[in-house]
Amino acid sequence: MSDTATMEQPTQDAGERQPVTKKEITADNPTWCPGCGDFSVLSIYYKLIQKRNIPHESVSTVAGIGCSSRFPYFVQAHGVHYIHGRALSFASGLSISRPDLHVFTFGGDGDAFSIGGNHFVHTARKNVKMTYLVMDNFVYGLTKKQTSPTSPLGFKSKTDNWGAFDQPINPMKLAISAGATFVARASHTNPKHLLEMMDAAMDHDGFSFIECLSECTEFFAGAFDSSNPRKGGEFKLMPEDHDPTDEAAAYALASEDFPGRFGIFYQIQRPTKNALEAGVIDAAQGKFEGKPDSEVLQATFNLMK
Amino acid sequence: MSETTVSEANNGSNSQPSNISEVTIRLAGNSQDGIQSIGGFLARLAGRSERDVMTMMTIPSTISGGASIFQVRLGSGEVISPGDKADVLFAFYQHSYDNHVNNLTKGGVLVYDSDHVEPCEEWLTKYRHIGIAISSLTVEAIGGTARDKGKNIFALGLIAGMFSLDTAKLERLINERFGSKSKSILKTAMDAFQAGCRYQSNDISNLFRLARGGAERSNQVVMSGNEAIGYGLIAAGVRFGAGYPITPWSDIMELLRRELPKYGGSFIQCEDEIASVSMAIGASYGGHVAVTGSSGPGISLKTEAIGWAVMAEIPLVVIDVQRGGPSTGLPTDVEQSDLNIALYGGHGDSPRVVLAASDVEDCFYTAIEAVNIARKYSVPVFVLSDQAIATRIEAFNEPDLKTICKNVELDLSPVPSHKPYDLSSGDGPSQHRAPGTRIEDGRYPVVTGLEHDEWGHPSGDAANHIAMTKKRRNKLKTLADELPAPEVYGADSGDVLLVGWGSTKGPLLEAVEELGNNGDALSALHIKHINPLPNGLDTIFSRFNSVYVIEMNDGGVYGYGQLAGVLRARFADARIKGINKTAARRWKVSEIIERVKARLEEEAATA
Ligand SMILES: Cc1ncc(C[n+]2csc(CCOP(=O)(O)OP(=O)(O)O)c2C)c(N)n1
Ligand code: SF4
Ligand SMILES: [Mg+2]
Repeated sequence: MSDTATMEQPTQDAGERQPVTKKEITADNPTWCPGCGDFSVLSIYYKLIQKRNIPHESVSTVAGIGCSSRFPYFVQAHGVHYIHGRALSFASGLSISRPDLHVFTFGGDGDAFSIGGNHFVHTARKNVKMTYLVMDNFVYGLTKKQTSPTSPLGFKSKTDNWGAFDQPINPMKLAISAGATFVARASHTNPKHLLEMMDAAMDHDGFSFIECLSECTEFFAGAFDSSNPRKGGEFKLMPEDHDPTDEAAAYALASEDFPGRFGIFYQIQRPTKNALEAGVIDAAQGKFEGKPDSEVLQATFNLMK
Repeated sequence: MSETTVSEANNGSNSQPSNISEVTIRLAGNSQDGIQSIGGFLARLAGRSERDVMTMMTIPSTISGGASIFQVRLGSGEVISPGDKADVLFAFYQHSYDNHVNNLTKGGVLVYDSDHVEPCEEWLTKYRHIGIAISSLTVEAIGGTARDKGKNIFALGLIAGMFSLDTAKLERLINERFGSKSKSILKTAMDAFQAGCRYQSNDISNLFRLARGGAERSNQVVMSGNEAIGYGLIAAGVRFGAGYPITPWSDIMELLRRELPKYGGSFIQCEDEIASVSMAIGASYGGHVAVTGSSGPGISLKTEAIGWAVMAEIPLVVIDVQRGGPSTGLPTDVEQSDLNIALYGGHGDSPRVVLAASDVEDCFYTAIEAVNIARKYSVPVFVLSDQAIATRIEAFNEPDLKTICKNVELDLSPVPSHKPYDLSSGDGPSQHRAPGTRIEDGRYPVVTGLEHDEWGHPSGDAANHIAMTKKRRNKLKTLADELPAPEVYGADSGDVLLVGWGSTKGPLLEAVEELGNNGDALSALHIKHINPLPNGLDTIFSRFNSVYVIEMNDGGVYGYGQLAGVLRARFADARIKGINKTAARRWKVSEIIERVKARLEEEAATA
């Protein structure tokens, strides 16, 4: 746990190595339906890895279960396909125990806000260092069109033939109120903006959360047209004068009607869980002046005689 | 002395102290009286001398103000079970007196606080009664406050006098315990202790003398089963854990939260048990075997993730401190009813390793073994403990930490190529490469819960599923070949073999010994490795006419408990039968003897 190599100062020979190429980082052919929004997110992830020159072996991609969560198979790098809803908890264990990695976690709206809703809240409040990107398609894709926690009122799914009537979750408001320190919104239809958001998320020292609208062409086609200029909609950025440290302003912007705003709603600095735990370790170890573990344990056993 | 009221029971003259080799003392009061700490002091004292100690402690379900007892068995030989009945009972209140008198041996000694207890006529003749105004004498000794506080330490002094214990050592222990707090707290404790020691009367001071232990014993350490598990994990090199509080598991997480940072590690308190097991698995994936644990309902919540670790072949240690179930069940009582969930919990075919600890010392070594197996076989390993050993304090030989302690460095050295699920490794396990490891051929692994090919990519291919299922199963067969051969206590063939697991070991072995002393030859076998089972059990079973499996769980619809079910399935041997107890209390030696005798008579009658 004491590895201190960071992304910015790659160890070994990474300095002399060429940035990883798109070809090298590409793995299996994605199994998504043609036109699925998740394709754009994947290609922006490749771009981010190249742009940030992340050493190939340090790319860590974790996901839950869902169409979107298939992500790790399509990235030629260390990857984890975990269980439905719990990817954040897995990623937290990895992040806290391996400070040398920047962990990326991917998932869908059901994975993040329904089965994994509580983990979302607690990972946010603990400010565990990682980037979490949710491909929000307002529907359960993998299980074929059931209502999701972000399905809009009136959405006709297989579990709400008459139209969804449970109040949907607003991911921005949820993240802000849970204590997330970086809260942003993007869309697969604007890749350049998405890359900006992912870049900023990676720079953020803490839990950085991006909701990326990602259309499910199979089960909720056209869901995001009103945010897509090519479909006659408007991609509305944050007001120029928005102060991302202003929680109330961020919350008010998050309350705007769909399609709402895109950009960084909220960003503050708060010590990360990783740093706080490392501080506890430093304080505890300071008292033992580098003694071997067996002697530290022996000292404890001596008090139990 | 006017404060002392004595009744003579028919246990002979009391002018000469009787030399005894062991004594079981039960202290009964309320949980806020610090009864447990008297037990702790005695345990530590015994650990420092040549005496062995085993204690039993019950924590009341109602956390504050409830009744609380502590039973300690001090002996100069090896003490292997907590003792059935008490030789001496300290009753602080009327309810303590009323509820615990029947736990005294015939002719036992009953010390009661005459400020609170009104002895009962009937019992005055049965037990030797010694009334001492414990409450008012304590108030007098520590300077007139009416706080109940020092009563426990005063009683400790009484016990020291009663058994001629080493008061200098006890004072040193009190110093260690309270010295770091304020001066006045230490002084109060010392005053109370010394007043207790000074309290002299012929009736109490010269009743017993504990014989000194025989052979020189090496250094002893004293701790509870939960502590032993925590320190065992640390010794084995575990540096990350995650959990959610639940009795009786919480002590372990509290210990690891406090201790791990000293070793550069962390223990994270999570929002629930699913997050806990997931975080631990995430850290294990990161390159160091991590631990999670729980009791009762918390174990149920972890099962899906444990199945993932089986499928993805990620090492993990899961501590299950069993309590009475199902559901919220009996949170502060003991049961061995989680064997099935440890073995089978979760969907699909998901082979994992299950070990059970038998006593406090074994908790330490079982935790270490679990970590080593998880590491070597890339598999989740369950450690089954239970409420009885979790809270019990025992003294055991100090482990040689220099040779035991491990701190496995993270190995991120590049490899030419890597298949996370290499099928060419035969029946041996394949090892993962932690993220950060450069794979020179550029083909990186995905670890996954989907059925996968050798690189971790999804595969629904029939032949592949057959091969991967076999891989996950057969590495446990390889492990079985490495396990120590099971050992029979007593004759290695005969009429009846008693089989036990986990904390039944002590009472089981004592029962066999007692039965042997009375001429009934029985043998016993204790199983620590439950999955996989060690090789050779069938030949042992074949040498006996009957095999009875003694368990603290229900015999179920068909009359045998959880381990018996495993053994019957494994050996298709109908002679394997269950003797089960569902009282959510540990087995007493006498109870095992009675139940075995009754069963033998029953079978003789129907034969
Ligand atoms: C414990 C559990 N419950 C249910 C499922 C079935 N399941 C798989 S994905 C999914 C929902 C997927 O929706 P979402 O998270 O929005 O991802 P998408 O497919 O839309 O990208 C469900 C219910 C499961 N795999 N595990
Ligand atoms: S079902 Fe929807 S979310 Fe899933 S791959 Fe197809 S388009 Fe994408
Ligand atoms: Mg979805």
